[in-house]
Amino acid sequence: MAEPGLRPDQAGWLIACAVISLAPHGQHLPPAITAVCILLLLWRTAISLDKGHLPHRLLLIGVAACVVGLVLLEYHQFFGKDPGIAVLAGLLSLKLLETDSRRDGRAVLLLCFFMQTGLFLYQQSMLVAALALLGTTVAIGSLLALQGRSAAPKARLTAAARLVLQGVPLMLVLFVLFPRVQGPLWGLPADAYNRVSGLSDSMTPGDMARLSESSDIAFRAAFAGELPPPAERYWRGPVLSRFDGRSWRTARSSTSPRPAYAPQGVAYPYTLTLEPHNQRWLLALDFPAEAPGLRYGSDFQLMSGDPVRSRLRLSLLSYPHTPVGIDASPRELREALALPSGSNPRTQALGARIRQEARDADDALQRVIADFRHRSLSYTLDPQPLGREDADSFLFDTKQGFCEHFASAFVIAMRAAGVPARVVTGYQGGEFNPVDGTLVIRQSDAHAWAEVWLAGRGWTRVDPTAASAPRRIDGGLAAALPDSDRLPLLARSSLAWLRELRNQLDALDNRWNQWVLGYNPARQKALLADFGVVDADWQTITALMAGACTLVMAALTAWVLRRRLSADALDRSWSLFCRRLASAGLPRAAWEGPQDYAERVASQRPDLADTVKRIATDYARLRYGRTGIERAALQSLKHSIKNFRPR
Amino acid sequence: MPQQIANRLAEATCRIILGKERAVRLALACVLARGHLLIEDIPGVGKTTLAHVLARVLGLQFQRIQFTSDMLPADIVGVSVFDQREGAFRFHPGPVFSQLVLADEINRATPKAQSALLEAMEERQISAEGRTWPLPEPFFVIATQNPAEQIGTFALPESQLDRFLMRISMGYPDPAAERALLAGEDRREMLARVQPELQPGELDSLFAAVRQVHAGPRLLDYLQALLAHSRQGAGFALGLSPRGGLALLAAARAWALLAGRDHVQPEDVQAVLPAVAGHRLRAADDAPLTADQLARRLIEAVALPG
Repeated sequence: MAEPGLRPDQAGWLIACAVISLAPHGQHLPPAITAVCILLLLWRTAISLDKGHLPHRLLLIGVAACVVGLVLLEYHQFFGKDPGIAVLAGLLSLKLLETDSRRDGRAVLLLCFFMQTGLFLYQQSMLVAALALLGTTVAIGSLLALQGRSAAPKARLTAAARLVLQGVPLMLVLFVLFPRVQGPLWGLPADAYNRVSGLSDSMTPGDMARLSESSDIAFRAAFAGELPPPAERYWRGPVLSRFDGRSWRTARSSTSPRPAYAPQGVAYPYTLTLEPHNQRWLLALDFPAEAPGLRYGSDFQLMSGDPVRSRLRLSLLSYPHTPVGIDASPRELREALALPSGSNPRTQALGARIRQEARDADDALQRVIADFRHRSLSYTLDPQPLGREDADSFLFDTKQGFCEHFASAFVIAMRAAGVPARVVTGYQGGEFNPVDGTLVIRQSDAHAWAEVWLAGRGWTRVDPTAASAPRRIDGGLAAALPDSDRLPLLARSSLAWLRELRNQLDALDNRWNQWVLGYNPARQKALLADFGVVDADWQTITALMAGACTLVMAALTAWVLRRRLSADALDRSWSLFCRRLASAGLPRAAWEGPQDYAERVASQRPDLADTVKRIATDYARLRYGRTGIERAALQSLKHSIKNFRPR
Repeated sequence: MPQQIANRLAEATCRIILGKERAVRLALACVLARGHLLIEDIPGVGKTTLAHVLARVLGLQFQRIQFTSDMLPADIVGVSVFDQREGAFRFHPGPVFSQLVLADEINRATPKAQSALLEAMEERQISAEGRTWPLPEPFFVIATQNPAEQIGTFALPESQLDRFLMRISMGYPDPAAERALLAGEDRREMLARVQPELQPGELDSLFAAVRQVHAGPRLLDYLQALLAHSRQGAGFALGLSPRGGLALLAAARAWALLAGRDHVQPEDVQAVLPAVAGHRLRAADDAPLTADQLARRLIEAVALPG
């Protein structure tokens, strides 16, 4: 027997479901594929509206070939996440064009579910989870529409939402107990870690300024005790000591499992949650004490064993006043004095002059700082274009620069003055989020400063930017820039409400990261250990999961049965009616019969009299009458009660 | 339609008994439920007239017995007299052999006389001289008593009060009804003109209709909850007997029929509860509560199921 074709409402549900499943993929699908999908969906909608015929099979095969060709053109292959999703998106849109039976409809919905899951391959943010939840609800609504008679979309969605809600306990059990595997969701190395921005192991003037436009979060730090003062919030990253006349690069350095310094002075304990940046170096306040699993570079960089490819939580203890590198090797110092000859001649000449005037390295340092201050350099996000010799044109011509210009020119001058110096990049400051008490450090907090080596004191941090724009260090980027400067949107203080909103969202996001995405095998084990299941292997966890699922199902079943026994649909409708009247100030006494109640309400509220009496009579007839509860009468009563909204 | 017939009866009665619709309907319900009625009120509020009108409207044979303290059972049920021609005792039926008996001022007779009537009410037959004589069908007693009179009266004990399906009181008419009464025709003449509202056999079909009024499971749940509370709940020293429960259901059915419905609702039970349960319940603290107050106490303590 041939299945009947789809009703218009069923087709509508399928199209809506496909749109909701495909739309979020628009941000990463190639524009050509997106365009094809939109066209195909519009085509199908038009057919639905005009009650036209579906296109011929041969035509569809042609379109399918085009889609496949487009994907090949874009990716040159079919393997991997991106081409796979692109092909599926095209096929889902195509499938709709040949769908005119319930069986095909189910296939479409299966694809929709798959597309929604596919979103998680790109991001696992709260937004994506919400989108998936919405998509699931619509897809379940569509399944209901395929199965049942036509109904109002709102009722359909409500029914679907109820089903989804009933799945929540099961979802929680699976979340907590499903055996966890470490690693990202999608392990194809080629495209798993693209699109991460942040510091790099080299610095060319302009890099930092570009980074400062990004409000992406670099990491978060939650301090156990007091926060360090703003002037101490230097998050130390890559150390750049090689200069080729234009760019700074990291020197090759060895790492060891324990630091080459003895921590002393004030200590700040904190937890740092680092967003993945696909690099091996980590960020920390100066200077972290020894911690298991971490490595320490000979230039005092904190390193991890592997590139950071998923969010990383570190518990650190930093001692800002620790002296480091007092006994630096001659080779290291030599490297920190090297300057390519002929580059930035004016800056080098400045350094050479100071070298002759200065008594010692410390005096030279003071003189360079004084010289910088004297030049009244200004701090700005977009400086005028500099000449080929960056430091020269910055110091002597334009006198406008961002932190990297300050740091670079300063280190060149110091080296010319005979004091070992190097550029350090990292982040400075951070924004305190009062909502959850964490310090949030964004890419826009990226900063470059300098370290000079002084005999007896070792490597000492000097921030040349602070010399000319001290507010950059105390008050952040927004405070330091002149008013005329174009600021990143969220750094503007006039948009306080926007910042507040962002704080809230960010705290929420952080919680999501910590509790949902950060729920890794270690935390699962720890949680189970709290419940007395020590050192659970995956078999034990699986058994637990199966047991818990059974329990949840049993509880749900019991709940449903109980509900059916204790209150049938008629009772529920009637109590809804009574609740509505009660909130209008006319509560029913527990002993009051429906018609007496209606009479009383009618005498107090003549405007409601007709409706209330009719509903009460209908209810009483269904409840106590001879015929029992007739389905049609019940439906119409439910409908009237649902639409009954006294004020 | 039985509902329409019942309504016609009520309207006809109310044309004579002015401003007493509730009492009239209760009395009718009592009759339709085939129960006996006790009207308790001071003289002159229309107790006797009500009984008269009901008899006329229902087309029933009517007999009035005025109870006095020197009354003997034989004055009620009848007496056996020796017939010399036949050489045997012959039973002369008393006034109780009537379809509707008005027992006026029943509490003025001695318990012995009272129990003669009450026995007849229960058994619906008379035993004399070793033989039983069935009472006419249908058979109703409408008894009246004056609650204000104490001297020389014998109050009916609970066991006998229980024989009455309902106990109602009339009360004074409201001013409008009173004015209509004063300005209107003489009631006695009107009474003489009242024609039966029923065709032969219609009363039987009404009785049958009452029995068929539907009482669904939810209603029975509610009824049982009421009974249970009257027995166990605080506030009542004496609860409703199973007979009381049956009486309540029967009266509620008749009330529902009079309201034009084919099923009983909690409101019907609540409406007849003062009349049906007022003389069967006793408040725990022996508080002198009226029937209405007692019934209210019970109703408000029991929530509708569901």
